Amino acid sequence: MAPEVCGTLLGLALCAGSLCVVRGATFLYHDYCVIGAGPAGLQVAYFFQQAGRDYIVFERSHAPGSFFALYPRHRKLISINKQYTGKSNSEFNLRHDWNSLLSHDRRLLFRHYSRDFFPNADTMVRYLEDFASLLKLQVQYNTAIIHVTLEKNEQAWNGHYFLLTDQDRKNYKCSCLLVAAGTWVPNVVNFPGSEYVEGYETVSINPEDFTGQTVLILGRGNSAFETAENILGVTNFIHMVSRSRVRLSWATHYVGDLRAINNGLLDTYQLKSLDGLLEGDLEDLAIVKDKKGKLHITLRFYLENRNISADIDSITLPQDELDNFATRAPYDRVIRCLGWKFDFSIYNRSLRMMPGKGNIKKYPQIKPSYESRGTRGLFVLGTASHSVDFRKSAGGFIHGFRYTTRAVHHLLENRHHGVPWPSTVYPITQLTNSIIKRVNEASGLYQMFSVLADIILLRDNATTFEYLEEYPIGVLAELEMQTGRKARNGLFVIIMEYGRNFSGADKDVFYYNRAVGEAQHAWQSNFLHPVIYYYKHLPTEREMRLRHPDWPLPRPDAIHHIVEDFLTDWTAPNAHILPLRRFLENCLSTDLRNFFAESCFLFAFTHEKLPPSCQQGYVRMQGLVGGQELRHHAVQAGLLQDYTHTDFSDDRPPDSHDGSQEQLMRDHGIPVHPLQHLVNAKDEL
Amino acid sequence: MWAEEHLPHLSVWQEDALHPEDFQRNFFCVCISVSPGAQPFLEQIESSAEALQDYGVSVVKVNCPTEDVSKYCGKENALRKAFLFRGNRLIREFPTDALFDVNSIVANVLFALLFNEVKYVETLADLENIENVLKGKSNMVFAYVPATGTAEHRAVMEAAFVYGTIHQFVLTTEAALLKATSHDDPDVSSAWLLFCHCQQATEPAQPCRRTALAPPLTLLSIHRHLKLMGAPLVTEVAEDPEKISTVHLQLGLPLVFILSQKETYEADRRTAEFVAWQLLGKAGVALLSRDRVDLNVLQRSNVAIKTPEEGMPIQYLVLEDTDEVITLVEDKNKVKQIQEVEQEEEEEDEEEKENNNQDIQDDQVVEAVSRDKKRELPLEQVLVLTEENFHSSLSKAARTVVLFYASWEAVSLAVLRCYSEVASLLKGTPGVLLSRVNCWDWPGLCSQENVTQFPTMRIYKEGQQSVTYGGMWGTEELSSFILLSKVSCPLKLATMDEAEGYLRGEFPPELSSHQHTSLLGVFSTATTEAREAFEEAGNILSGHIRMGMYFEDDALSLSRKYSVSPPALLLARSGGRSVESIALSKHSVQDMVQMIRYQLLDIFPEITVSNLPQYLQLGKPFLILFSAGDISQMESKEMLKVAKGRAQQTFVACWLNLKNTPVGHGILRTYFSTTPSLPVLLWVKLHAGGQVFKFPSEQPITEMNILSWLEKLQAGLEIPSSTLSEEDWKPPLPAYDFLQMMEPPVPELSPHPGDTPAQQPPQSPGGDTARGDRATREKPSQESTAEEIGSPGRGLRGTAPRLAARDKQGKRHSEL
Repeated sequence: MAPEVCGTLLGLALCAGSLCVVRGATFLYHDYCVIGAGPAGLQVAYFFQQAGRDYIVFERSHAPGSFFALYPRHRKLISINKQYTGKSNSEFNLRHDWNSLLSHDRRLLFRHYSRDFFPNADTMVRYLEDFASLLKLQVQYNTAIIHVTLEKNEQAWNGHYFLLTDQDRKNYKCSCLLVAAGTWVPNVVNFPGSEYVEGYETVSINPEDFTGQTVLILGRGNSAFETAENILGVTNFIHMVSRSRVRLSWATHYVGDLRAINNGLLDTYQLKSLDGLLEGDLEDLAIVKDKKGKLHITLRFYLENRNISADIDSITLPQDELDNFATRAPYDRVIRCLGWKFDFSIYNRSLRMMPGKGNIKKYPQIKPSYESRGTRGLFVLGTASHSVDFRKSAGGFIHGFRYTTRAVHHLLENRHHGVPWPSTVYPITQLTNSIIKRVNEASGLYQMFSVLADIILLRDNATTFEYLEEYPIGVLAELEMQTGRKARNGLFVIIMEYGRNFSGADKDVFYYNRAVGEAQHAWQSNFLHPVIYYYKHLPTEREMRLRHPDWPLPRPDAIHHIVEDFLTDWTAPNAHILPLRRFLENCLSTDLRNFFAESCFLFAFTHEKLPPSCQQGYVRMQGLVGGQELRHHAVQAGLLQDYTHTDFSDDRPPDSHDGSQEQLMRDHGIPVHPLQHLVNAKDEL
Repeated sequence: MWAEEHLPHLSVWQEDALHPEDFQRNFFCVCISVSPGAQPFLEQIESSAEALQDYGVSVVKVNCPTEDVSKYCGKENALRKAFLFRGNRLIREFPTDALFDVNSIVANVLFALLFNEVKYVETLADLENIENVLKGKSNMVFAYVPATGTAEHRAVMEAAFVYGTIHQFVLTTEAALLKATSHDDPDVSSAWLLFCHCQQATEPAQPCRRTALAPPLTLLSIHRHLKLMGAPLVTEVAEDPEKISTVHLQLGLPLVFILSQKETYEADRRTAEFVAWQLLGKAGVALLSRDRVDLNVLQRSNVAIKTPEEGMPIQYLVLEDTDEVITLVEDKNKVKQIQEVEQEEEEEDEEEKENNNQDIQDDQVVEAVSRDKKRELPLEQVLVLTEENFHSSLSKAARTVVLFYASWEAVSLAVLRCYSEVASLLKGTPGVLLSRVNCWDWPGLCSQENVTQFPTMRIYKEGQQSVTYGGMWGTEELSSFILLSKVSCPLKLATMDEAEGYLRGEFPPELSSHQHTSLLGVFSTATTEAREAFEEAGNILSGHIRMGMYFEDDALSLSRKYSVSPPALLLARSGGRSVESIALSKHSVQDMVQMIRYQLLDIFPEITVSNLPQYLQLGKPFLILFSAGDISQMESKEMLKVAKGRAQQTFVACWLNLKNTPVGHGILRTYFSTTPSLPVLLWVKLHAGGQVFKFPSEQPITEMNILSWLEKLQAGLEIPSSTLSEEDWKPPLPAYDFLQMMEPPVPELSPHPGDTPAQQPPQSPGGDTARGDRATREKPSQESTAEEIGSPGRGLRGTAPRLAARDKQGKRHSEL
């Protein structure tokens, strides 16, 4: 749809075509405005395009992904691009493809763009360009939105319109604003002498420029380590200072923490080389430059009441008092690699775009539905939306926010266009199957663990159910309103979790015996594994608020953990599917076993009611006949009685005959064959 | 020499008459008058002489003549006195009334003799003083006797004589003192002996451990007890346990082996010591190192028991905690029981005992498929479709059959087995391509084709909408569907000959081998509405029914032949005896489909597993004749009459051939518990009430009899033989209660400050630490080591089986 065509049905009297005149100013109107044509902006544009919505993306640069055009400075992305998984399942493969955006176009898979496991950032720029052009997304380049304000209007979707102004004073008007601008404003620390500090964004990336130098790096994230890695071989030594201890991503299970690919300096630090890590508050630092141009570290404390420009000799250095002060050696360069923050400056006060508190102050405050806390109709997407799951899940990265963006799109479709959250209705006999299918292949559940959940809504007295994929669990209480689906008969919530207390900066994630192998101990699983919560009633907002801080959800009526699996393949009949079926059966108080047609036949003549699998299969003439071999196996397992060789002229007492089948019927218990234990080898490897 | 003799009759006690070498010996001298009243006493003295001799005490009798006024006889009251000498030194003087029998004599004499060795105490303070002195030095034997001079007193003294130099003996007769030393209320009327392990008590504040010897006290029992106390607490064993012999075994007590290995040695050592303390005096404990002994026993075994009986094999057990070991020893019968239970449960864990068979597969389909998984399916005839070749393959054949399945799903795999048989049956059939799509590999393709259930079978025809299979998942049914789908439905017949041939089942030739009811719609050119509905119904019923249609100009002649007026249906049942004709009155597609389905039902069908659902859908009671084989002509005729009669609309008359449908035996046995004599005619109210009535076997099966029986039935005059189970299909077994394991529902205070407990939802999760602790206790498997160090011997889980389990896991996971 061309952006010029005003698709609004709101009947704005002032609108003529797409041009709306308000108070003399000319506004171009769109239902949806997206700020930023980075991965998140393009991703949401794709969904709008697919749904045929009226939208526009504003990009300040001449091409998409301008952040990636500059960053990371050393050009190596740390998002993995796994080409081979041994599987053809495209959904599963996305679990190991952290760079592709979601689309129907199979050409737009990142593995077609790069063969590198850690691809070059230029490839990402090229990929994003292709994504925008191949899918014909509506992106307006060279448009920097410099101001956003609100215009109250009762007829607007959210009670107001968003008015956007670009660098050329051109104005735009939208019903809904999606901010996908990322976090691009470098974090700067101000302390005496901070003028001597070079920024990550401009520092030379040529190692030769550092030959024989002594370097101090401020910061302890991936950019800091990446910078160190680049010059490790040519410097005298590198020191790194930061307030907090280093957080290794393989210990925290958070991809934003220090990745092993960048941690060469840790190696040399711990292996008695000259490089080192120090902890200290950057705010307390001060840097003074001596006559030779060397930079000395001192404390702000010493400089107080003193002229900073005073002679170096008159300034107290820590080593004057403490002669083994760690950073007493002078440095040739100090580099700041402190990350970025969201650009709050363009939003009018009326939008109440507030920074988060504590360690999420670089992000704007949003709800778990990704809507701004201050303004209805303003959604934050992409990296800037990471406050929802900062240091937990992958919502700040492409492989995470491509799913949360889709979730936001579903919410919008329901809210503004009456299109309920997509769902599929199945008979209850498919319950176990549909869960097993999703936990084995779903990528959104896997990447956005503990943030996005699949929801199963029971219907029709639990004879059918509705399956909703990847709903943000933070707004579980609002499910009915947000999705347009009803949850009156209870629901299951399927999420993926790491073991509680397994992840953390100081945790030993390689301890012996860390893996749980047995299904009955599944709740102690440590690695990412599926967890299913059962609620008889949709949790209320109050219950959500009062949930235990360690729990992603309020206490359910029942819970099931599928035991962690080394191959993340949860299809083992006895270790994975059987316990899950028992859990579902007990939640629903029914028998979810499959039966051969012959068993259903017997039940039809001997029971007033039939188990669901007979009811929904056999009775509808879709019984499972099963071949000779299978029936033979079932008989051998004691789960099916063989009547073929019954000599009916013989009037033997029933007991000698009564096989397990009858017991199966009588108490629905399982007949335990004496041989069962020997032959039923429990899937042990 | 006189001293050697028993009670030598010395007339006078003469000090100098003693032999010098006897000076150091103890003399027990009884000075007594020879008055006849003293005779019983003398007999006792005489008997005790032998016993005392073992302790180096000689007994001498002195006859004190009335005139003798010697040192010992002289005193008036000395006439009944006994004296104890060491050498020539008088140690003790006994009143003869304290020496009433052998026991009292021996006890008192030894008591006097061992005055320094055996301390007599009266108060707890005295006892504690002695204890404190002994701490870290030697052990103490504390005995309580209700009175001195008793058999127990004697036994204690005799023991003290032997062990007095090794242990400090302490005696009391104070019942209060005994009570003060014991926690439970001991029976003060019998003697007690406590072995106090003061040597190991190095801390002054630490009391000495005590091991009680239960009454009765005899010299033998005390001896045994002290011997056991002297044995090492835990014996380290590094040889074949069958060859081991310890004090315990020699004394007739069992020996408990704690099986250990290098990795768990420290924990096992602590466990063994803990057990040993508990079993002290009851059994021996040895630590058996698996690493050094080649044991041919289960890796999980952690305890072994060797009984003193000759030739009894050592029993290896898997026990959960130390209490079990102790019970095992204290109640020997239990050894057997536990052992039997262990064997039954073979590979089961504690949890599994509770949860019985939760982890055993009870789904017949899943189990059958997983038992069959090693068999390779002959699927060469079946084309594998992928996202890449799906659309191109569909265009290659006139008809492509696609089975959508999931390779991990049991029902899919069961159907895939049938499908492979279908493939070999239809091998070489022109114009049909069998293929399959594994939705686990190609989820995008499956969702694009709108496959939401596994399995789904579809037939794709060029240029037409695909047809989804909706019938039984059996080889026969699937191949019949595929074959019938080859011919368009309804098939347009061009000539009268074709139409006639069609009704005979001879046309079209590709279906001539296929036994099936043929349905022919006859339409005049004017009846387009009915014809269109019929065509639409044909699309829906495609693959299930042979449908033809004839609407040529001479349709009228065809209809005249079968005396119907178009629009009408002609129905030729398989077997083709006659052609039934049905006038078409309803013209909606749904009505037409339903009508056709209904018309296809037999009047008196043989019920089989495959066709039952069609009759069940009618929702009527069943009049069913169970027969061992084919039914007789007579029965068939009579039943057909009943079926065709006025009651036809109200019930399903049918029969069941037990040869074709053996599961019918299961039905009969459920109704009657035995198979009744056949044939048997039953009235089964399948949809209302579920009663089962049996036609009286003595009556012949005739229309008359049946109808009058049915009348009585309806009138409620018959008693049902059986009733269908009304039970709901509940979960066969409980699930793992992870919620309970994660945090047992204990009422707790609000974990969130600011919320009053009243506001708190009752099931709100508890504090983290509390939960963590509880979880650890609940499930020691994770962090049991730390806990076991804290309290040794609490559980045996840290030992061998645990390690074995760990090995298993290691192989599975972390060490790959």
